[in-house]
Amino acid sequence: MNSNPVVYRVSIKPKNQNDPRSLGYLNDIRALGIDGVSGIECSDLYFLRGDITAEQVRMLTDRLLCDTVTHAAEIDCLNMCQDTAGENRSTSAPSGLIEVALRAGVTDPVAEQIVRAARIVGIDKLNAASTGLRFFVKGDNLSEPLLRQLAERLFANPVIQRYALGVIFPSFTEAVEASGTVEVISLRGLDDDGLMKISADRRAALNLNEMKTIQAYCLREQRDLTDIEFEMLAQTWSEHCVHKTFKSRVTVEQEDASDPRFPQEYNHLFNQTIRAATRDINADWVLSSFRENAGIVEFDGENEISFKVETHNHPSAIEPFGGANTGIGGVIRDVIGVSHKPIASTDILCFGPQNTRLQDLPEGVLHPRRIESGVVAGIEDYGNKMGIPTVNGAVWYDQGYTANPLVFCGSVGMAPRGSNPHGIVPGDHVILLGGKTGRDGLRGATFSSMTMDAQTGEVSGASVQIGAPIVEKGLVDVLMPARDHCLYHAITDCGAGGLSSAVGEMVSEHGGDIQLADVPLKYPGLVPWEIWLSEAQERMVLAVPEDNLDDLKELCDLYQVEMTDIGRVTDTCRTRVFFGDKMVLDLDNQFLHNGLPQRHYTARITAPRFKPGQRTQKTDIQPVDYGKTLIRLLAHPNICSREKIIRVYDHEVQGGTVVKPLCGIKHDGPSDGSVIKPQSANGRQAIVLSTGLNPEYGKHDPYEMTCLALDEAIRNAVCCGANPERIAVLDNFCWGDPNRPEIMGDLVQAAQACYDASQRYKTPFISGKDSFNNEYLGPDGKRHAIPPTLLISALGWMSDWEQSITMDLKKAGNLLLLVGDFQPVFGGSHYNLVNPQQIVEEGIPACSLINPEVYRSFYGAVTRGLVASCHDLSEGGLAVAAAEMCMAGRKGARLELDGIEDLPRVLFGETSGCLLVEIAPGSEDLFATIMGHLPWQKIGEVESSPVLHAVKDGKDTMSVSLTRLLGAWKDRQTL
Amino acid sequence: MKPRAMILFAPGINRDHDVATALEMAGAETFIYPVKQLFEEKIDWAMFQMLVVPGGFSYADALGAGRLLALDLNSYFTDEVSRFLDAGKPAIGICNGFQALVKAGILPDRSKANEPHKATLTFNQSNHFECRWVTLKPVSQTCVWTRGLDQLIDCPVAHGEGNFKVTEPVYAQTLVDNDQIALVYTHSDGKPALGAYPQNPNGSVMDIAGVCNRAGNVLGLMPHPENNILAFQTPDRANRPDHFGLPLFVNGVRYASQL
Repeated sequence: MNSNPVVYRVSIKPKNQNDPRSLGYLNDIRALGIDGVSGIECSDLYFLRGDITAEQVRMLTDRLLCDTVTHAAEIDCLNMCQDTAGENRSTSAPSGLIEVALRAGVTDPVAEQIVRAARIVGIDKLNAASTGLRFFVKGDNLSEPLLRQLAERLFANPVIQRYALGVIFPSFTEAVEASGTVEVISLRGLDDDGLMKISADRRAALNLNEMKTIQAYCLREQRDLTDIEFEMLAQTWSEHCVHKTFKSRVTVEQEDASDPRFPQEYNHLFNQTIRAATRDINADWVLSSFRENAGIVEFDGENEISFKVETHNHPSAIEPFGGANTGIGGVIRDVIGVSHKPIASTDILCFGPQNTRLQDLPEGVLHPRRIESGVVAGIEDYGNKMGIPTVNGAVWYDQGYTANPLVFCGSVGMAPRGSNPHGIVPGDHVILLGGKTGRDGLRGATFSSMTMDAQTGEVSGASVQIGAPIVEKGLVDVLMPARDHCLYHAITDCGAGGLSSAVGEMVSEHGGDIQLADVPLKYPGLVPWEIWLSEAQERMVLAVPEDNLDDLKELCDLYQVEMTDIGRVTDTCRTRVFFGDKMVLDLDNQFLHNGLPQRHYTARITAPRFKPGQRTQKTDIQPVDYGKTLIRLLAHPNICSREKIIRVYDHEVQGGTVVKPLCGIKHDGPSDGSVIKPQSANGRQAIVLSTGLNPEYGKHDPYEMTCLALDEAIRNAVCCGANPERIAVLDNFCWGDPNRPEIMGDLVQAAQACYDASQRYKTPFISGKDSFNNEYLGPDGKRHAIPPTLLISALGWMSDWEQSITMDLKKAGNLLLLVGDFQPVFGGSHYNLVNPQQIVEEGIPACSLINPEVYRSFYGAVTRGLVASCHDLSEGGLAVAAAEMCMAGRKGARLELDGIEDLPRVLFGETSGCLLVEIAPGSEDLFATIMGHLPWQKIGEVESSPVLHAVKDGKDTMSVSLTRLLGAWKDRQTL
Repeated sequence: MKPRAMILFAPGINRDHDVATALEMAGAETFIYPVKQLFEEKIDWAMFQMLVVPGGFSYADALGAGRLLALDLNSYFTDEVSRFLDAGKPAIGICNGFQALVKAGILPDRSKANEPHKATLTFNQSNHFECRWVTLKPVSQTCVWTRGLDQLIDCPVAHGEGNFKVTEPVYAQTLVDNDQIALVYTHSDGKPALGAYPQNPNGSVMDIAGVCNRAGNVLGLMPHPENNILAFQTPDRANRPDHFGLPLFVNGVRYASQL
């Protein structure tokens, strides 16, 4: 490298006053309630280092860095020697200037492109580049505290960035000598405290029993462990990778021991609930469940469909963009990991209230607004750049998510049936494809298995990865043809645990020898355990027979994907890792993969205050203004329009989106789910994606909440026209600390409900994931736990895309039918959330046993083409469902409620299993025949006048104009 | 014989298959070439009658959308591109492809190596990526792709940098005078959007959605007509059945087959 580096700094400044990006930052400042700023001017900074001339920099700037139509460039030369420590320092008088640069080692794809591009234009001596941002803050008497607040709240995230009030100096990652340094960890002879100290010091998240098991292994092999061996064990045995909690033995304590739904003991919670559910349903169209990276179902005889949903909560809490970015990147690799082409993505997000006051934030917690905008931008960036449509999702707000947001990312894939190979044999080469390895996300697997504390941001800063979607896109470009030409015997992705997890899994059966010195690094200086455990993104591992190496290399060159041969599959049944000629890891596969002792937990189950469906004794629910209540419900954060988020996702790429996330004549109605007809499939079959989630119910009754979440996911799919007998589901649990019996009690109830409910619907689970310790220890020492949150993601199917239905009202004069077992209650309802002064305390909805029958019969009406539109009753009940259908179709409707006593309950109470259905007049009789004995009633009509009425005994009891409905739902106007 | 369309692929391009489907339905034979292969294997451009630069995020849009793909075009294929276009063969750049053709100085008019550009595609006025269905009115009779199209086209936009800007207002007038404005954003009934959001989704001057070169054989547009070529793609099938994007490709292919 250059001993006396010349560093040029190029700043690219908008010419135009109303530069969109600068205005965007100004809006964020206003939204955070920060006063005293009149304007922002945001410029890009590029730092160029090398033996280069000012003319070359000027040329590079004009050709590459600056769009001269909209921007102007300034170039100056930095004297790096004058740099101080540089850490967030400030010049004496605040000039309103804030500059931000990335920390050393943080992935900077733009910088890499600059160096590459410079070579193309003939500048060979540019040896490093780095990027940054400059903010010129305008305002009278700007104080240093204000500028620091802006920098820390908005412009820079200390986890990945540094800032300066004034000129910042870039940090280039300096080359230091690579080292094969390996520490020896001696467990032999340590007492319990000594063992637990090592577990804590290395953030291994292993309990005493597990540490003792490792200690015993050392005694058996009569040696100490290397640090890389210990780290691999910690990773392989982490909650994140082996799901110790779900595989544990659980003793159930009940205050009311008579509840027969729960046994006194589970020997293996997962096998006895969720896996048993799929086994007992035994659907022949399920091709793979809980075996591989993703669940797989039959599609059209020629192709199969895979689906996986992951969470990336902890990383998203400390660096929202990077966390969500790599969350979606990670789950897409799960689908690539079964040799499928990704065809759709989903995202379900849980945040704290967006109007949280800055002063109310716990220490070390980012503001929910910033978390939301960062997370959404992260998903947008990765999904859009991969060219995968993001088509389905949900957003939920609750106090409980302020310090611990939840980010669920789902990926759907398709491949020719049975094209994913499983033929690994000794002698195969272990091939690493994709990105280079850095310190990214070290110990992410164990980190995600720990409770967060105020320091987590700093300590685990390394756990945040920044994605490079184009690199992952390259993996798809290479792997699809590689699969079609049968170039590899096995494939797995590098996710949590990095190579340790991916290679470890791949050679777990036969054994393997791996050479770490060959792994391409982003920068030298990583020690062996760091290379082995690094969670650098966009990497896949293949087992490739010798004869195919050249063909694979050719493909990789074509698509500019890096390919490295890092070792061989052996037949030793041991995993051995070398650095140069030094063996740094040598573990017995049997112990590594099966040596983990089963955990034992105690679950305390307490009966909910009210039984599901139980109605309150007091019948006199305060009289309410129905119109106002409806408006307040539509404007509630959990119910209002998601258009602002949906629009930033490309939901059309690949050309298969039949029912879009937004529907209706103005393309702004809330679809119940999405329908995808993969363009590359020849038939007319289509899939349906939908979700069910209601943490509000979870607070009251985790068992019934689980049934209701499953019912909602299925209901949403059925509303889109899915065949209710061909729906598969995925479970994603986000729970607290399982060591607390009441948390474990909630989990046992939910897991048991997964079994019980799925048997009723004959809906198998094909994949799932759990995330525990979603709790936050504040400086106050109090626990901030999230509500028990279960996401059910449904993968539905229909034989003909033309069968799909949207929820927008189609034609004035059509009839509105209320279909299903309508049993509205207020427990856990949004009616209660918008009427905090007069909460109606009663049970949450009971998940009616006849729902599966209702859906099956209703599907008969769908296949006969009777259904013009259909929407399900969920948060906010009948009134909200009707209002949403009116808005989407820009039509009015009249609800006839003659003879109904308890109007608020009927309008706003919440129920399971109900659909609001539009059919043409005259088809009631056929509909009646199809529904048979099952409950349904005509409840109103579609009208051309743009008003939603509820009429009782000839009187308007509620009458709200379309304009007001839209104002509340789209712009949250409640006046 | 069917016209042969060469579809450029670079890392990050992702609507190559979408546009290939459209061109094949329109009667062309398609060949997707990674830039690297095109360069190293010295593929002969003379074998092709159409040039297609598809949508996506070439090179992650680093340094601005399309800029590094433009650098490829200008550095590796300068002569091939000139010969191809000067021969009057039809070329189309969609979304990222449009951005690349503009940043390469190929659209709206060929500019010399270091002469400053008169137009660009910059960040949407909304300051964010946006995916929504829009309505397009084919305007230019000079452009071989839009010539004679009398139907409005419904199709999605999906971009963050589609805001067409010119240095001088007079230059925009020049484009009008030369009949180089190929497609404009309109209301669903065809009335001019007049800058109204969201009908004009990005703030482009004069509602410009697509422009062609003076000769009319090179078209660049931000929206994705290749994503409305099949019935199931149309959101409002019942009410707007016949506003497909396919005729635009049929036009281009027909022209190419006459060469």
